[in-house]
Amino acid sequence: MKKISLSSILSQLLLLFFVIVWIIPTFGLFISSLRDKDLLAISGWWTALTTTEINEIYRMSGMESQIEEDGYFKIKGTLFEENSGKKIESFGINSKKINEFKIGDIAIFKDESEVILDEDGNYEWRSKSEFQKKKGKRLFTTSLSPPSFTFENYREVLFKEGIGRAFINTMAVALPSTLIPLIICSFFAYSLTWMRFYGRDTLLAIIIASLVVPLQMSLIPILTIYNDFGALFGVAAKSYPGVWMAHTGFGLASTTFLLRNFLKSLPNEMMEAAKVDGASHYDIFLRIIIPLSIPAFASIFILQFLWCWNDLLVGLVFLDQVPSEIILTAKLKELLGSRGENWEILTTGAFVSMTVPLFIFFALQRYFIRGLVAGSVKG
Amino acid sequence: MTILNLLFIVFLGILFFIAYFHISNYLLDSYGGRSVKRYNLENSIRVIVFIAPAFIVLFIFILYPVFETIRLSFYDKFGREFVGLYNYKWAVNDPEFRRSILNNLVWLLVVPTLSTFFGLVIANLADRIWWGSIAKSIIFMPMAISFVGAGVIWKFIYEYRGPDNTQIGLLNSIIVSLGYEPQAWLTIPIWNNFFLMAIMIWIQTGLALVIFSAALRSIPKEMLEAARIDGASELKIFFSIIIPYLEQTILVIWTLITIIVLRIFDIIFAMTNGEWQTGVLANLMYDWMFRGGGDSGRGSVLAIVIMIGVIPILAWNLYKHRQEQKI
Repeated sequence: MKKISLSSILSQLLLLFFVIVWIIPTFGLFISSLRDKDLLAISGWWTALTTTEINEIYRMSGMESQIEEDGYFKIKGTLFEENSGKKIESFGINSKKINEFKIGDIAIFKDESEVILDEDGNYEWRSKSEFQKKKGKRLFTTSLSPPSFTFENYREVLFKEGIGRAFINTMAVALPSTLIPLIICSFFAYSLTWMRFYGRDTLLAIIIASLVVPLQMSLIPILTIYNDFGALFGVAAKSYPGVWMAHTGFGLASTTFLLRNFLKSLPNEMMEAAKVDGASHYDIFLRIIIPLSIPAFASIFILQFLWCWNDLLVGLVFLDQVPSEIILTAKLKELLGSRGENWEILTTGAFVSMTVPLFIFFALQRYFIRGLVAGSVKG
Repeated sequence: MTILNLLFIVFLGILFFIAYFHISNYLLDSYGGRSVKRYNLENSIRVIVFIAPAFIVLFIFILYPVFETIRLSFYDKFGREFVGLYNYKWAVNDPEFRRSILNNLVWLLVVPTLSTFFGLVIANLADRIWWGSIAKSIIFMPMAISFVGAGVIWKFIYEYRGPDNTQIGLLNSIIVSLGYEPQAWLTIPIWNNFFLMAIMIWIQTGLALVIFSAALRSIPKEMLEAARIDGASELKIFFSIIIPYLEQTILVIWTLITIIVLRIFDIIFAMTNGEWQTGVLANLMYDWMFRGGGDSGRGSVLAIVIMIGVIPILAWNLYKHRQEQKI
């Protein structure tokens, strides 16, 4: 048995503290995305499992729905939507005294009409004289709502708010933006490692210098090129291929660098032997390099894919902000501005945008970490 | 554009590059190899075939823009007329620019330092605890999500409602339960910068953590054992053995996060859009790219200022590369 020391307990507690602080923000977002939107707007997500007190204002039906019964004119109806699960605690007929009456009390209005209410929100409003107004009177209710979880937010966000389409757009940006650099950089890295030609070392130095060049340096000139290109050929300046190539350009240095580091570690003898047997560089590339590089490809694919999926700036500058082109991050930013108070939309939208990265993260964490560590050796 | 069309061009785009390499190499294979002269020619052409696409992309998207941006910084807002140092003079005198530079500097000071520090502490804690790898996974997770997604997550934490309402933001809820007034955190100048930095630290600590975890394994076990037998406390071991041993790694992580922080844009753009004195260079630049029809001169100056920040790192990388080549 390992003995339990004070310092071991302390370090466990400290680590637990870090873990809790780190997980809470994401956890809160996830819980909120599953909550009923009315509850979400008035109570913190940490109260999701308790009943929540809600104050609401409802208006009863107007004169059209009145019936005559037992010498009274009556209007009957219900305040809540079906299956809301809400139970009324108290109610009022005046905004200054919203808790004036209990269930079973008869509330009397100034015009001497009276209303009774049961806890499920069914009301009966009656008067000796005929109702004359098109609009009914207001009722102020205080009710308790049980915990309620729903996928309604997801349905709304995916189909009504355009997040679903943005999801597809993001996929259409990220997949080619990952595969194209992977294809062209693997050939590039191969030639930088295994082929002899004039200027190879200079090219390598340029790659290493390009690793740290901020993409801001490229934005204005490339935007100009795209605009000129679009005007010259009469096509849209902002398009999917434009974004793919921009991502390819910005990811090129790091992809090449990582791949070259990997290729350098492969034994030279293998290539020489293949060459002696009459294999061309392309044969070697297809039959030897690719099978051996699968783990390296996986790491680089994940890094570049996550980078493109999570990018905002490139998608913002090189794509039109229209439904058929807008990417998830740009859409989320747009919603932050236009629907800033609708937390059910924001939390759900953010969670939808996180599904793919989180899936990759949990399924392929090993490769992700390997890529990051390999990339950091030089930085 | 319909989804089907989109699928089609995605497929076409990827296929184009595969076809380029396959067809050109196939032609070369069937041509070359029969005589020494042909063999040499084939090899030279093949080098070009292998390098050309990547080099063209590199040239158009990195090399040319660097020089073009430098050129544009001396030209007017349309890039037509030479204006000398006018744009630079504007920047030096612009209060927004000064504010952004200051904010950027504070970001560079705080975020890499704290992320590296937390990463090191957590890696060290998790290394010795049986549920450490689960803990690492959880702390590493924010690395996978977008800055905008993280922005939404944290905006929800910082959410503010008037003093009479129930607070649905976690931070204000805690503050209220302790008996203080709720605050609109993101609108309090100076301090709001730190609330934004917290998000970045939350994300980047994971990066530091995984790299440190890998590096920790390289510390010889015997050395740690020996220190423990000699009665050194864990704290003493941390400061006297682990930190000196990981000096290189600490430097690498610190630089890595510095580069990321230098071009920070998304978080601020999503959370405050640079209002309430939270702007940084990248946001100001984005602003000038489109403000008033776009000003490529001022935008370029801002890009160059960001670039100047990475030049020491660039020089250091090249120097190290040269050293390695010599060996």
